[in-house]
Amino acid sequence: MAILLNRSTRVIVQGFTGKIGRFHAEDMKRYGTKLVGGVTPGKGGQTHLGLPIFNTVKGAVRETRAEASIVFVPPPFAADSIMEAADAGIKLCVCITDGIPSQDMMQVKRYMRRYRFEDRMRLVGPNCAGIITPGQALMGIMPGSIYLPGRVGIVGRSGTLGYEAASQMKALGIGVSTSVGIGGDPINGSSFKDVLKLFEQDDETDAVVMIGEIGGPQEAEAAIWARDNMRKPLIAYIAGLSAPKGRRMGHAGAIISAFGESAQEKVEILKEAGVIIVPTPSSFGDVVAETLERTKKAA
Amino acid sequence: MDIHEYQAKELLARHGVHVPRGGLAYSPEQATYRAREIGGGKWVLKAQVHSGARGKAGGIKLCANDEEISSAAEAMLGRKLVTHQTGPRGKLISRLYLEEAVDIAQELYLGFVLDRKEERVMIVASAAGGMEIEEIAESAPDSIIRATVDPGVGMQRFQAREIAFGLGLEDSLIGKATETIFSCYQVFRDYDASMLEINPLVVTRDGSLVALDAKMSFDENALFRRPEISELRDKSQEDPRETFASDRGLSYVGLDGNIGCIINGAGLAMATMDMIKIAGGEPANFLDIGGGASPERVAKSFRAVLGDKNVETILVNIFAGINRCDWVAEGVIKAIREVGVSVPLVVRLSGTRAEEGRKILADSGEAVIVADTLAEAAEKAVAAWRAATKKKAA
Repeated sequence: MAILLNRSTRVIVQGFTGKIGRFHAEDMKRYGTKLVGGVTPGKGGQTHLGLPIFNTVKGAVRETRAEASIVFVPPPFAADSIMEAADAGIKLCVCITDGIPSQDMMQVKRYMRRYRFEDRMRLVGPNCAGIITPGQALMGIMPGSIYLPGRVGIVGRSGTLGYEAASQMKALGIGVSTSVGIGGDPINGSSFKDVLKLFEQDDETDAVVMIGEIGGPQEAEAAIWARDNMRKPLIAYIAGLSAPKGRRMGHAGAIISAFGESAQEKVEILKEAGVIIVPTPSSFGDVVAETLERTKKAA
Repeated sequence: MDIHEYQAKELLARHGVHVPRGGLAYSPEQATYRAREIGGGKWVLKAQVHSGARGKAGGIKLCANDEEISSAAEAMLGRKLVTHQTGPRGKLISRLYLEEAVDIAQELYLGFVLDRKEERVMIVASAAGGMEIEEIAESAPDSIIRATVDPGVGMQRFQAREIAFGLGLEDSLIGKATETIFSCYQVFRDYDASMLEINPLVVTRDGSLVALDAKMSFDENALFRRPEISELRDKSQEDPRETFASDRGLSYVGLDGNIGCIINGAGLAMATMDMIKIAGGEPANFLDIGGGASPERVAKSFRAVLGDKNVETILVNIFAGINRCDWVAEGVIKAIREVGVSVPLVVRLSGTRAEEGRKILADSGEAVIVADTLAEAAEKAVAAWRAATKKKAA
């Protein structure tokens, strides 16, 4: 089923009736996502876009058997909404919200650990573009038209740079199994490694593109894991070659504050771990095409 | 967001951390008057700029009388302090902090950071204070003590106590050190700090424990609930280009190159800057116009980028998902007509309504260089910049 999301995944929207929630709910519905309702405290019992609104996530889960939730709640209240989803038995939560305080995210991560691993919700984001399984379902804000259904997985921090990669691939006829945006915040739900593990186990994914950037330890951690555990080719790009040390480049997490966090250092670590490097952001398509070609020949 | 040393010390002192007696001064007269208020016979005059390593750059002076204070104050005020952290432009000194000099017996390091691997607040301490933490990590790695805080229950006293004992302090100081470490953690948590560094934390000859310097940064995402911290912002310490942009809700970082960038999405912005560099140019800035880029927002972005006099070419790169290329194109035309763009302009539009956007640009009759791909956009921008500088030189 590709990973995380398919056409039968039952999805609710938290922050359903806000301007942004409404806009993207419509878009997701149009794409084919199985939206089953939404949550806006105080508006329970009403309907919106032809779907039921609930006061609580628990209520929504009880009535709709929702298993996934996408969060468009504003930053001051977003952490609370994620924890509500975790407690209501949601299995997959995608948080789009940008601007959640770090201490709130620390609490969210800590809170989620109160559930046994088997029962624990998987969080993707925050500050991310979401998830798309092309041709099946969209739980995010990406433009569906730039993704061709196919067998290459994408995982990245940035939204628009992910679009760039997908459209370069599409131009060469290469499709995507699932694309996952893990977001640009310093503390996020799923790491690169978490998503690579899923792609490695997925029968419908042949290779994975990882789009990283400056700041934080996650790309290096993923590369080490891939070296020891991954059999599918891993292709990576790291953005921020020209970023100076100590300056935050837009994303809250995109800042070089320790050794090993610059683009150059990360590329070195990745290369050493045997990851295939995309040398420039305009060569995603070519490198993926060459890699697939080589893998086919080897098989 | 960074704050000044004196502001950090005020916050810490309010929560029970000992700091030397001191006072703020905006003029040499105030500085000498402060010396009288503080009392004693030796003072340290410290330039208040958002940077470490001030001592080596001449921003910290030990003074023994009014003349020394006043001439040091005169030399510092109004000058730009250039340290290895400020970059070549330096930072303006408009506030001074005068403190009683302290008799130092031992220097310690105490820091609090957000550890991204553990996803917790981490305390870092060392008995080898006075140096920067990177230097300590290199020259005395075994002296570094680390502990992380469980966000569910917060820091526990035993953790502070373990650090105090780990620093090898005398028994009489353990209680004070425990309190200091614990208070720092509370300040860090209660004000949504992202970094707190006391370097050095000193043991004085008369056996007290004093924060001789203090550096703090705050999580900008949490400022909505910390108005008392927002109030401490000092715009004179920021790059004026960045202040202009941030006041207009744009995410902008000023750099030293000549090719101005207007891009949507932080990752794509970094990648486009990389592409400019690969093509042989230097980006003048990072700018993410974000989602929902209305024509007004695009025009504002042009104002921010053109506010930098070094900009000799502009590259607009939009991959529209939530954005719409036709709106961006309208914004570009609006900017050309209202803001006035006298430098070469390269525009690449992709994604939602890209065709419509390109048509608007073509029909406008304005001199816009259109590119289809990221590589082409960067190459055309660098070529246009080279041609423009050649023309200027001729």
